[in-house]
Amino acid sequence: MKVNGETLVKGVLTAVAFSALASLLLIAVFIFKEGFPFMLKVGFSDFLFSSTWNPQVGQFGIFPMIVASLYVTFGAMLIGAPLGVAGAIFLNEFVPRPVMRVIKPTIELLAGIPSVVFGFLGVMVLAPFIREHMGGPGLSVLAASVILGIMVLPTVISISTDAISAVPNSYREGAFALGATRWQSVHMVILKAARSGIIASIILAMGRSLGETMAVIMVAGNTVRVPHAVTDPVRTLTANIALEMANATGMAREALFATGVVLFVVIMILNGIAMSAMKGRGKK
Amino acid sequence: MRVSPKITQVLAVTVLGAATILTVAVLVFVIVFVLVKGLPWVDWEFLFSYPQDMGKSGGIFPTLVGTFLLPLLAIAIALPLGLGTAVYLTEYTRETQLTRTLRFGTDCLAGIPSIIFGLFGFIFFVVKLKMGWCLLSGALTLAIMVLPTIIRTSEEAIRAVPNAYREVSFSLGATRWETVLKVVLPNALPGIVTGVILSIGRSIGETAAVIFTAGSSLRMPMSVFDSVRTMSVHFYILAREGISNENAYATAAVLIISVLLVNLAAYTMMHRFIAKRSK
Repeated sequence: MKVNGETLVKGVLTAVAFSALASLLLIAVFIFKEGFPFMLKVGFSDFLFSSTWNPQVGQFGIFPMIVASLYVTFGAMLIGAPLGVAGAIFLNEFVPRPVMRVIKPTIELLAGIPSVVFGFLGVMVLAPFIREHMGGPGLSVLAASVILGIMVLPTVISISTDAISAVPNSYREGAFALGATRWQSVHMVILKAARSGIIASIILAMGRSLGETMAVIMVAGNTVRVPHAVTDPVRTLTANIALEMANATGMAREALFATGVVLFVVIMILNGIAMSAMKGRGKK
Repeated sequence: MRVSPKITQVLAVTVLGAATILTVAVLVFVIVFVLVKGLPWVDWEFLFSYPQDMGKSGGIFPTLVGTFLLPLLAIAIALPLGLGTAVYLTEYTRETQLTRTLRFGTDCLAGIPSIIFGLFGFIFFVVKLKMGWCLLSGALTLAIMVLPTIIRTSEEAIRAVPNAYREVSFSLGATRWETVLKVVLPNALPGIVTGVILSIGRSIGETAAVIFTAGSSLRMPMSVFDSVRTMSVHFYILAREGISNENAYATAAVLIISVLLVNLAAYTMMHRFIAKRSK
């Protein structure tokens, strides 16, 4: 009897172990099933490269949204990546351990601040500032980039810090023995050794900014147009899905799922790159 | 001209230090700003009375209940699945192509943005399964979303249990499952709880995946098939539709405090766990 119980447990656990993979496949299948036929119907190039988004009359070009997502993500990286990596280096190499042990968890704690709160701050503080000092409506590519750049800081710092602290101490000692200063040991030895982890942190942060929705809806302005200046309002792919979901039916709803397909594919590719970068480090 | 290494060293420390201080300052500013603007409006009355006028005045009681129930139900669904997966991966199998595929699936699931979960939850639970916007649809969606976190933290916690414990248990004639139940899981418990708390924190702060699956009704939910509005969603609607800035700030303050407390609990738990293990 006992043996049977064990086999049963093993069977159940084996089935349960598929839950994450099954969920992933279910999500992929549903998003693609709803979105992919629509892309075929409208035509890939019309869907991806046409600039007119007007679901009421059957025009479904998401080009402005693709451009907007790329700009905003790129802008966020311009702000988040240097600050985050600088923070990680400083905390690891230039600050006494006890101080780092306080600051790192504080920053990781802040990773939990809900994205809507960041968005709200963007609306209340950042957008008026941009409107007054740089012109435009305030809600803009710039505002979204800054907010997203801040939001990804904990991700970049936390993963980069792990990568940098994984560099063996003998590397540092070797550099010092050759007469290198702290900074020389950092940029000549440590950054090279921790490179793949740092790159992974930045790519993961890119995926996060690309996928962020609520904060972006609040600060980006949501106008469907290819932006010409950083102070122009834009609508990203994620914002497009969230804004129109509530009242979209028929073709318009399918169009949103097709937007989801684009987002899904791009983010999976980014995460794949980040994962293989981190794996490469593990093997060494 | 070559700049002396001493000068570049000083320069580097200054720049890096300034960047770090800026980073910490910005993040701290976010919290302080919201608390300073919001806390003056928060009192018992605000927490425990019903909203009036779509939230223009009155309190946030139903959203507080929603914020409590939704993550709880999500965890109730995700924990057995996540923990079961972790136990299978660590105790019942070796590294094979299958486990690598399962882990890859978990990693991919972790990378999916929340709006995609919202989109999926809406079309699958709300529309296809005809459950409508309700507590259960929201909880199922959130459960899938936090599943990777629970699997990973549980797996790490279980792996940290020394093999000697298992060997002793086997030598006493215990079966694998008895060993898991009576030896492995109790010892891995703090790590597992950490993962659960982190998942609760993420669920509390989540908006995109919740608003399309659990809906945004301000009524008190009476069953799992009633629509609920969480604090995050309530705050989003108040802020975005400009219903009331005071109430938005106040809700944001309550929201931030809840999330920070939950994350702090997770962190303390994890720290104790690590301290105990390294002894």
